[in-house]
Amino acid sequence: MGQVVLKGINKFYDSVHAVKDVNLQIRDKEFVVFVGPSGCGKTTTLRMIAGLEAISSGAISIDGNVINELAPMDRDIAMVFQNYALYPHMSVYDNMAFGLKMRKFERSEIEKRVREAADILGIGELLKRKPRQLSGGQRQRVALGRAIVRHPRVFLFDEPLSNLDAKLRVQMRVELKKLHLRLGTTAIYVTHDQVEAMTLGDRVVVMKDGVVQQVGEPLELYNQPANKFVAGFIGSPAMNFAAVTVSEANGSLIAENAGLRIKLPEETAQRLRGHIGHEVTLGVRPEDLTVAGTADLDHPCFDGVIEVVEQLGSEILLDMKVGQGVMVASVEPSVRVKVRDKLRVAMRPSRLHVFDAKTEAAI
Amino acid sequence: MIEGARWRKWVFFYVPMALFLLFLLFPFYWMVITSVRPDGELYRPWNSINYNPFWTWKPTWDHVRYLFEETLFASWLWNTTFIATLSTAISLVCGVFAGYALSRLNFPFAGSLGTAIFITYLVPQTLLFIPLAEIIRNYRLGDTPWSLILTYPTFLIPFCTWLMMGYFKAVPKELEECARIDGASRWQAMLYIVIPVAIPGILSAGIFAFTLSWNEFIYALVFLSSPQQKTVPVGVTSELIRGDVFFWGPLMAGALLGSIPVAIAYSFFVEHYVAGLTGSVKG
Repeated sequence: MGQVVLKGINKFYDSVHAVKDVNLQIRDKEFVVFVGPSGCGKTTTLRMIAGLEAISSGAISIDGNVINELAPMDRDIAMVFQNYALYPHMSVYDNMAFGLKMRKFERSEIEKRVREAADILGIGELLKRKPRQLSGGQRQRVALGRAIVRHPRVFLFDEPLSNLDAKLRVQMRVELKKLHLRLGTTAIYVTHDQVEAMTLGDRVVVMKDGVVQQVGEPLELYNQPANKFVAGFIGSPAMNFAAVTVSEANGSLIAENAGLRIKLPEETAQRLRGHIGHEVTLGVRPEDLTVAGTADLDHPCFDGVIEVVEQLGSEILLDMKVGQGVMVASVEPSVRVKVRDKLRVAMRPSRLHVFDAKTEAAI
Repeated sequence: MIEGARWRKWVFFYVPMALFLLFLLFPFYWMVITSVRPDGELYRPWNSINYNPFWTWKPTWDHVRYLFEETLFASWLWNTTFIATLSTAISLVCGVFAGYALSRLNFPFAGSLGTAIFITYLVPQTLLFIPLAEIIRNYRLGDTPWSLILTYPTFLIPFCTWLMMGYFKAVPKELEECARIDGASRWQAMLYIVIPVAIPGILSAGIFAFTLSWNEFIYALVFLSSPQQKTVPVGVTSELIRGDVFFWGPLMAGALLGSIPVAIAYSFFVEHYVAGLTGSVKG
């Protein structure tokens, strides 16, 4: 079992309120990812779960038992650190066996568990080596192995992939996911990389300035972001935003600013009835923009001038100047355009997001 | 390394290096050559015909023999070793724990306490020996090795603490945190993880402390009086300089034999020692 409950967690460093009233229920076997920009409190939260930081107020419990006052060693958790934190003076075997030795396991049991973990991770050959003789990916595996030999109730990961190069990171990401499926241990994972968060997490917790912005399944965050921050943070390239004023003309709602004038589709208009005359933020993802063709006549459209063309092979990213602002569109690779072309772009009407200009909450 | 033409390498690397080595090693050479040169050659005036200050064709062990047979050099050597080893051990133990506490445990005033410890190291021994002499007298430790074993740590502990503080700060905090999650108590994490990782730093602190106490002069001069209790630096200078007469041969032989243990200690640990100074901890 490994059910983790955070109830009203706060963390103060002197006068800095680093983590603000975090409430979260993590189910047994769940893979939860904390994501957010640096300094958002995600690592602090993880360290409070690990017992490496004192909790200023609130309660953390694992399987119903409050663990606030327990030493890290008594919480039955394992943690993988960003810099791996392998013990440099011990061999790979001793690194993996250290936790078991500390817990006074029998030698044969230690041997069995280390071999088992080494087989799972494919590091059976490396057991006699010292950490400095390993590559980054191998060190990462040893760090994982050290965590899994203990069969803990909860795994904690603190940006474990950020020291790897891009290719290895993708590979290890897949392996982590497989490992979780195989072991089924509850995992809490901290990252600043939204791609990792989306691909690994059963649920994702988006944090900013110590406050949980939204908790949800990856697609829920992508499709229904709770506020402008989540909308901009999840998805790559990031969502386009435009500050617009809502007005009414001929019974339909118009969103406009200098250089942009869009007739809002009916379902969006419904939500904005109360905001006529006010400023709101319009959001649309690059992948929800298309080069306007005849089929898109009734879709909201706008004109832009192409400033940069980024060929990615599977798609083309167009950086366009639209009025005073800049928008990015991700279009089909077959589209033939060049810099300084003027282009009419259509939005997928069902994919428009609107946020309150002041509170930034989704409307 | 220096790039470019071969002459650049000579002008900017080999020649300066050679001059530097010459400057550095000449006193040692002088010490060695003087200690094996017969007295007849040593006191020959510089303007005599066969004056040859840099070489001898008749090397002799007379001075060394004189040291061991006519003076208490063997006891001085033993005293120095005993005192330096024990005071280094005491200082290292205290320095390692204090350095760990000051760099790792978050307690109020840890920073200012560290600075205060460093400042005590800056107080000159020439001032400190006066109050210390009073203490030594009160505890009736005068003229015993303990007068030095217990006073050397007054400057060695601040020194070791300061050095170890810097070294412990360079050991990644995560190593210890990981050990504590793995099931080690704070004490075990320090014992099994932090200290083994900090061995190069501990060794360099130890070598420095050993050298400082081996060469220490003023406390040894003040606190010890009988010839059989003396340390090498004090014994050699007090027994082999009589009035204005310098017994150069035995003096240099004593200096040479006195520097050999330190040289051995350095060469034995040199790899660790350099690693300690450059603070390399690789995960």
